Amino acid sequence: MIALLSRDLKLSVRAGGGALIGVLFFTAVVAVIPFGVGPDLNLLARIGPAIVWIGALLSSLLGLDRMFQTDREDGSLDLMLMQEHPLVLTVLIKCLAHWLGHGLPLVIASPLLGLFMNMDEVAIGATMATLLVGTPALTFIGAVGAAVAVALPRGGLLVSILVLPLAIPVLIFGVSAAYAAVEEPAPFLPPFLILIAITMFFAVLGPLGAALALRNADD
Amino acid sequence: MRLSAEHLSARRGEDLLFADLSFTIEAGKALVVTGRNGSGKSTLLRVVAGLLRPETGRVSLDKPGGEAGMRAAEACHYLGHRNAMKPELSVRENLVFWQRFLGDAGGRGLSALDAAEAVGLGDIVHLPFGYLSAGQQRRMAFAKLMVSHRPVWLLDEPTAALDRSAEGVFTGLIRQHLALGGMVMAATHQPLGLETAEELKMTGFAGAVEAMW
Repeated sequence: MIALLSRDLKLSVRAGGGALIGVLFFTAVVAVIPFGVGPDLNLLARIGPAIVWIGALLSSLLGLDRMFQTDREDGSLDLMLMQEHPLVLTVLIKCLAHWLGHGLPLVIASPLLGLFMNMDEVAIGATMATLLVGTPALTFIGAVGAAVAVALPRGGLLVSILVLPLAIPVLIFGVSAAYAAVEEPAPFLPPFLILIAITMFFAVLGPLGAALALRNADD
Repeated sequence: MRLSAEHLSARRGEDLLFADLSFTIEAGKALVVTGRNGSGKSTLLRVVAGLLRPETGRVSLDKPGGEAGMRAAEACHYLGHRNAMKPELSVRENLVFWQRFLGDAGGRGLSALDAAEAVGLGDIVHLPFGYLSAGQQRRMAFAKLMVSHRPVWLLDEPTAALDRSAEGVFTGLIRQHLALGGMVMAATHQPLGLETAEELKMTGFAGAVEAMW
């Protein structure tokens, strides 16, 4: 299983892996916002956490469709389906590798983009913390979409459309926790804990659903 | 050890591709599946590998001392049309990954380098898999069967894209596997040069399968 984790990580940083594409897209989306909104620093600081979160959500959708598709195309998926270790575990490891390769770079890039948005240190820290616990949920939800669309040759857009409605709660609680850290009356902890709960919930449900979809993909 | 299939039938779309197909493979024996294109050879292999659900029937593996009727797929190596190797990774990384992922119970698998030597390509394990020619890729995919021991080899067109000398190497490796008590089930057009192999002839949608034993 560690072998699978390290292989998928290697693949995501090698040519065509697409780990950097997500970060570049994230940077591009957030970097053009100040130009569009104009030089109102207070406004930028106010919408900052929301923009960073939306950018992270969109760029985490980018690489999702390739999660199982590359393995299906070269036949590796067949061999993984045949093994005795439970498929759920294999999918969970693939999700972890996908998050380490595609999700974690977004979290690491977010403080820089927070500076672009004129956010103060507390807001940047809060946004980074919420992204850190929120983006795994996006990967786990995305795994189900990727598994359902695995047999489709151009499934990328379909995966995004399938996944987006389920990702909305993650976005809502992520952004509200980030705002709560800055604006005084609202407490930070409740939305943050709900975000953690969502991630843990989908960490169980996502691999189960994805494994079920992969088992039935060939019939 | 014995691999047995009872009353298998499978569908492709609406039609039955084969029906009520039974066979057994004893340890050390090979079964060659022949037939026209589209007659259901690949489907049969995928059913045995557990990748397609049979319409009726079951495939089971009986081991002396083991539980009867265990899931056959776990004891199988499946070499399909696609090689299941990543073009971005080097040959060695690919082989080592499969060795670790498939597990190597009993330590009967070869090391990645030895397996590459066995197919005659020991000197290019450092190259990315994508750089190899189609025939070399096929040979390396075959080396994958040896890094981790599985008693049953399911081979789908193993000799596609290969030159004659490589076919000879394959035949030798299959013989060696059989001599150690393994089982081979191969779908092929070319004769593999196995004198002892039994032949199963697929006739496709006709619904009837004549077996020549």
